[in-house]
Amino acid sequence: MEWSTLAASLFGDDHGITREGDFLQGTVTFDGQAITVIGTTNHAPIGVRLALAQARAVLDTVARHPGRPLLLLIDTQGQQLRRRDELLGINRAMAHLGMAIDHARRRGHRVLGLVYDQALSGGFITSGLIADACDALPEAEIRVMRIPAMARVTKLPEAMLEELSRSNPVFAPGVGNYVTMGGVRRLWQGDLRACLREALAEAPVEDRRAQQGAVRGGRRLAADVVQRVLDAA
Amino acid sequence: MTTVSYAECPGRERLLRLVDPGTFHEWLPPAERLASPHLAQLGVPSSFDDGVAIGRATLAGRAVFVAAQEGGFMGGGVGEVHGAKLVGLFRRALRDRPDAVVLLAESGGVRLHEANAGLIAVSEVMRALLDVRAAGIPVIVLIGGANGCFGGMGIVARCADRVVMSDIGRLAMSGPEVIEASHGVDEFDARDRALVWRTTGGKHRWLIGDCDVLVEDDVAAFRAAAIDALDGASPVTLDGLEAEHALLAARLALLPDVSDADDAIALWSRLGVADAGRVVDLEVEAVRALRAA
Repeated sequence: MEWSTLAASLFGDDHGITREGDFLQGTVTFDGQAITVIGTTNHAPIGVRLALAQARAVLDTVARHPGRPLLLLIDTQGQQLRRRDELLGINRAMAHLGMAIDHARRRGHRVLGLVYDQALSGGFITSGLIADACDALPEAEIRVMRIPAMARVTKLPEAMLEELSRSNPVFAPGVGNYVTMGGVRRLWQGDLRACLREALAEAPVEDRRAQQGAVRGGRRLAADVVQRVLDAA
Repeated sequence: MTTVSYAECPGRERLLRLVDPGTFHEWLPPAERLASPHLAQLGVPSSFDDGVAIGRATLAGRAVFVAAQEGGFMGGGVGEVHGAKLVGLFRRALRDRPDAVVLLAESGGVRLHEANAGLIAVSEVMRALLDVRAAGIPVIVLIGGANGCFGGMGIVARCADRVVMSDIGRLAMSGPEVIEASHGVDEFDARDRALVWRTTGGKHRWLIGDCDVLVEDDVAAFRAAAIDALDGASPVTLDGLEAEHALLAARLALLPDVSDADDAIALWSRLGVADAGRVVDLEVEAVRALRAA
């Protein structure tokens, strides 16, 4: 879905979110409450500049509007694959963004991620995956890598990966797989405003994604392994 | 005393040599045969520790929790079990309050064979690590393995209180091969070793401040640096994040988008490093002296 269509259906035509390049930012009012919206569009690659732009908006909200919820609108092709970004420490800039979001959570800001188009690898770890909860639109796509590329890197037959991806969600792209693994809490179906209302009302504070992945059957081991480490003699 | 190369040690051996002798007590050791079922399903050889050893030990007599990733197994890639072991270690640290958590990182990031699970796992590691920092327990990351510290683990490393690197260690996000495959050899020639090290290596990370300590490729040097970091807890604060933001924004401004000079050397010069062109030829001790205090 286009970000502007999404913004209009959630917050009305007068939503107040603006786009600068691939960066989205604004303060919206929802059910009488102000919410900071931060996001990216156009399948943005997240480089140092865009990571810092997002972090700036998070830090400003924490400093000036204690407790105001944050909504992260996610559409990214992953981290920027450029030498200059590596030289400048893109991993540090992304860690900074993730830590800013994490710090906002700890200071009582509810942080909600919404994958409305596409989410990939590095661009997702320091946005939706570090939020209190991350939801997605049903037509969104989430992946680390497409199956043909995965076949090349792992040197495994594409047909085998295709076949396995039908039974095991850890291999294949797909927003549904992220739901069954607990990485995405739920898909927004029907009335988007009702979905946002519900999502804001129940932002969890603890990280229970591994347990959700076990309950939903998509990630059967993680929660058990964590518990075994806690219980080990 | 003879020097033992940190880079050449396997992860587990590195860990045993780093902590006080005989004090490492492993949790979920290989005898428990906790391997990745996903690799088995793909017909790929698995490992009974899924590429990471975790447990408790003492370091200079102080109680620490430690983890060592094994670069020799799947490049240290984070899969479901591997990631969950790290998450478990941090959660246990939050409960049992050791003096520090020491992570001997060596990883290409998310293990592509179980990509979705690995990606979520890395984010869980980040959150669990930041919980430990918030509790005032320092997290110390050591980087000096041949495979470097890349991808999601490159992000995790920069979430720690202290990063220690050797000059042959590498810390970054995407590997040079991935960038070359994506944007061509003119963007990043992955076979140009000097360029790779100027962009991701320990000397570069030291000069720009992405690692806190630069050591020789010697297990004893890493041990000394880890001991030195035991009292270095620095909980994340809004002021700290603002300072970090200012540093990163200033650094970005130092390097214009298009540069015809060597980018790394230009960046070092603009950061005030004298004789930046000579850095590659200098010994670790000389490079240490170049960074402004």
